[in-house]
Amino acid sequence: MHGTRILDEADRLMTVCNSCRYCEGLCAVFPAMEMRRAFSDGDLNYLANLCHSCGACYVDCQFSPPHEFNVNVPQTLAVARAESYATYAWPQALSGAFARNGLVISIVAAFSMAAFIFGFAALNDRGVLLGVHTGPGAFYKLMPHNAMAALFSAAFLYAILALVMSVRAFGRDIGAPIGGRADGGSIFQAIRDAGELRYLHGGGVGCYNEDDTPTDRRKLFHHLTFYGFLLCFAATSVATLYHYLLGREAPYPWWDLPVVLGTLGGIGLVVGPIGLFVAKSRRAPELLDENRYGMDVGFIAMLFLTGSTGMLLLLLRETAAMGPLLALHLGAVFALFITMPYGKFVHGIYRFAALVRYAQERRSEAGS
Amino acid sequence: MGSKYDVLVIGGGNAALCAAIAARRAGASVLVLEGAPKFYRGGNTRHTRNMRCAHDAATEILTGPYTEEEFWEDLLRVTGGQTDEVLARHMIRESKDILNWIVEQGVRWQPSLGGTLSLGRTNSFFLGGGRAMLNALYLTAERLGVDVEYDAEVTGLVIEDGMFLAARLKRPINGETEIRATSLVAAAGGFEANIEWLKQYWGEAADNFLIRGTPYNRGSILKMLLDKGVQKVGDPTQCHAVAIDARAPKFDGGIITRHDSVVFGIVVNKHSQRFYDEGEDIWPKRYAIWGRLVAAQPDQIAYIIFDSTVVTSFMPTLFPPIAGQTVAELAGKLTLDPAALEKTIAEFNAGVRPGTFDHTILDDCVTEGITPAKTHWARKIETPPYLAYPVRPGITFTYLGTRVTREARMLMADGKPSANMFAAGEIMAGNVLGKGYAAGMGMTIGSVFGRIAGREAAKHARN
Repeated sequence: MHGTRILDEADRLMTVCNSCRYCEGLCAVFPAMEMRRAFSDGDLNYLANLCHSCGACYVDCQFSPPHEFNVNVPQTLAVARAESYATYAWPQALSGAFARNGLVISIVAAFSMAAFIFGFAALNDRGVLLGVHTGPGAFYKLMPHNAMAALFSAAFLYAILALVMSVRAFGRDIGAPIGGRADGGSIFQAIRDAGELRYLHGGGVGCYNEDDTPTDRRKLFHHLTFYGFLLCFAATSVATLYHYLLGREAPYPWWDLPVVLGTLGGIGLVVGPIGLFVAKSRRAPELLDENRYGMDVGFIAMLFLTGSTGMLLLLLRETAAMGPLLALHLGAVFALFITMPYGKFVHGIYRFAALVRYAQERRSEAGS
Repeated sequence: MGSKYDVLVIGGGNAALCAAIAARRAGASVLVLEGAPKFYRGGNTRHTRNMRCAHDAATEILTGPYTEEEFWEDLLRVTGGQTDEVLARHMIRESKDILNWIVEQGVRWQPSLGGTLSLGRTNSFFLGGGRAMLNALYLTAERLGVDVEYDAEVTGLVIEDGMFLAARLKRPINGETEIRATSLVAAAGGFEANIEWLKQYWGEAADNFLIRGTPYNRGSILKMLLDKGVQKVGDPTQCHAVAIDARAPKFDGGIITRHDSVVFGIVVNKHSQRFYDEGEDIWPKRYAIWGRLVAAQPDQIAYIIFDSTVVTSFMPTLFPPIAGQTVAELAGKLTLDPAALEKTIAEFNAGVRPGTFDHTILDDCVTEGITPAKTHWARKIETPPYLAYPVRPGITFTYLGTRVTREARMLMADGKPSANMFAAGEIMAGNVLGKGYAAGMGMTIGSVFGRIAGREAAKHARN
C-alpha cells in the first residue's frame, strides 16, 4: 500500500469512485481519476491538488457517511493535499513548518515586523522614525532604497527557489514533464482554468456549507484576494521600473499608476481575506481538514495584514504614523515572502501544476 | 391531530417529489412523508443516474434523436410485449416534455458518463447522479412550500369505498398521529427490501438475494393499498434484477457492486457448469437478465470467469477479481471443484472458433459444438492469471403494483377508478413493465407519472 494512512484511504476512495463515476461532471478530479485503474502516491497527490473541497461530490454521494462505504472525498483529499505540501517541501528540513503552520507563520510575522521597527529605530534617530516625511524619497529616509530592494529581492528570490524546487519534486511524482517540456497549449489551458477558478463551483451551483443549499461565495472572495495580490505585485513592479528607469522615487501621487494599482489591489487584499475567513467559518466541518485550520487562517491573516497595512500607509503616509506603518507593512510583506514556500500559498502553485498535468492528459486523451 | 392537507404524498423518491412539486405548483398544500431518515431519503432514486426520455432531435447532452416510436419498440422488446400499450405510449409521449420540466425543477443534466457511451443518445444523465437530482428536487419542493417529514412511518391507511380519508403516522418522537388529506399520492416504491415478502414467491432462495437499495423499500404502502381493495398489477416474481458482486453488502450497495465483465468471459454456477449464452447481445441491452439467471442457479451464486487479457476491457470494479495462476488454484479459491472447472474451460476453449474480436459490435467470435453456445465475443480463456468475480442476484425493484389509469389514478379491484388515490413510480411500474428492463426506465416512470399524479391530485383537491 502507500506510505501514509491518508494515501491508503484516498486509494480506497478512488477505487470506490472509479467504479461509480457519477461525479465525473463536477470537476477535474474525477475525469483525471478515470484515466487510471490503479493509483500511485504521485497520482493521489495529483488528484488531491486538483480538488477545491467544494463539497459537491460529498452531498451528491449516495455512499457518504453514515453509509458503510464511508466516502468522504473532499476531507480525505484535503488532508492528503496538506500532507503533500510537506512531502515536497524544499529543503526537506523545513517540511516540519507545515505541521503547526499557523504558529510558525505568526511567529515569523511578528518577528519580522518587530525587526523592521527596531531596525528603523536603531538605524535612525527617533525624530526620523516618528517624523513627518513627504515628497519623493520620503520612504527612503527610513530605509535606503537599495537596502530595501536588496533585502526584498533576496527574500523573494529565496521564495521562488524554494517553490521551484518543491514543485519540481511534485511534478516528477505526478508524472508531469520536468522543466519546460509542458506544451504551451496545456499551460495556456491551465492558466485559464486557474484564472477563473473553473472547478471551484460545486458542479455549477456553488460550494456547499452546513446544509445542502449551495450558498458559498469562496470563489468571489478568492478572486478578490488573488487579483488583489496580483495588482499589488504589479504596483510594486511598476514602482521599481519608475525608480530605476525613470528615476522617479516613491511615494507617488494618488493618481499615478503604482498607487492606483496598489489601491485597487489593497482593497481586494482586505475584502477578499475577510470574506474567505467568514466563508471558512461557515463551511461544513465534515468537508474540512480541521488540523490545517491554522495554516489556512495564517495565510489569510498574512494577506490581510499585507493589504491593510499597505492601505493604512497610503492613507496616513503624510503623518507621523508613516514610519511605524512602513515598518509594519515591510515586516508583513517580508514575512509573507519568506513563508510563502512553507504555508498555504503553495496551494496555488501545486494546483496550477496539477492543472497543467490535467490539461496535458486531456489533450493526449483527445489526441489518441 | 394535524391540519388537513390538499395532497398527501407518501414516499420520498423521484416520483414522490415530482408529484409534490407538480401538486404544489398547481396550488395545493402538500405534505411529503418519507419513511427513511434524511440521509437515506429517496428510495432507489439515490442510486440512479439517468432517465430515458424520447426526443426528436439531438440536445446539448444527447447525441441524437430518440423517437417515441423507437422508445416504444425498445419497451416492447425488453418486456416481450407484457406492457399496457395505452399507458406506455402515454408515458413515452409525456417523457419528451419531462426532459425540460425536470430541469425547471433544478435538476441538471450532463453528457453520458464514462463507460456508458452506448446510452449517450437515449438516456439523459443527472449531473452528480441520483442523489444530486434528489437534492435539487427537495430544495425546489421546500422553496415552493411543500412540507417534508423524515422518519415518517405510515402504519395504516383509512380508505372507504375507494376513497382515501387519512393516514396513520408514527413519528419517532411524538408517537402516533393521523394525517388527513383530500388526495393521496402513493409513491412509496416496491417491496424489494422485504425479504419475508419476497420469500412468498421465491422461497428460501430470497435469502441469497442482495438488495441494491436501502432497507426502507419494504412495500408496506403497497401492501396496505392491495389489502384495501386496490387492483393489483404485475407478476410478483418480476423485478429489475442484475448480477452483482457476491461480496456486496446485503442492502444499499448501489451501482458500484455491478459487473460489466460477463461478455468478456464465461459464467458458471456452483457446479462449474455454464448455463446461458454470455455473448447474446451488447451488454447494456442484456445486463438486466443476469439477475434472474443467477437467481435460478443452485444457491443463487455464479462466477464470471475470464483471464488476464481482458482485465482492462471493462470498468474498474469495487471488489478486485479473485485470481489464480492455474484454473485449479482459482477453483480452490472459489470453493469450486477444480476438475469440473478445468473441464468446463477446456471444453469452452476447444469450442472457440477464430474470429475478429470487437466488443462494440456483435462480432464473429463464436463457439461451436458446446451447449450453451457463446454467440459473440468468444475467446479462449488461457492466459494466467485466471480471474473471477462471484455474483449473486441484486434486486433493484419489484414490479408488483397498483393498477392505474392514464391519470395515474388507482383502479379498485372492481374496476372502478378511485376518487382520490393516485400512484406513481415503482409502486405502479408493473403497469408499464410486465417484465424486463432497459436502463433509465424506472426514472421515466417516476417522473412522468409523478408529475401526472401530482397534477391530478391537486385538481381533485382544488375542485
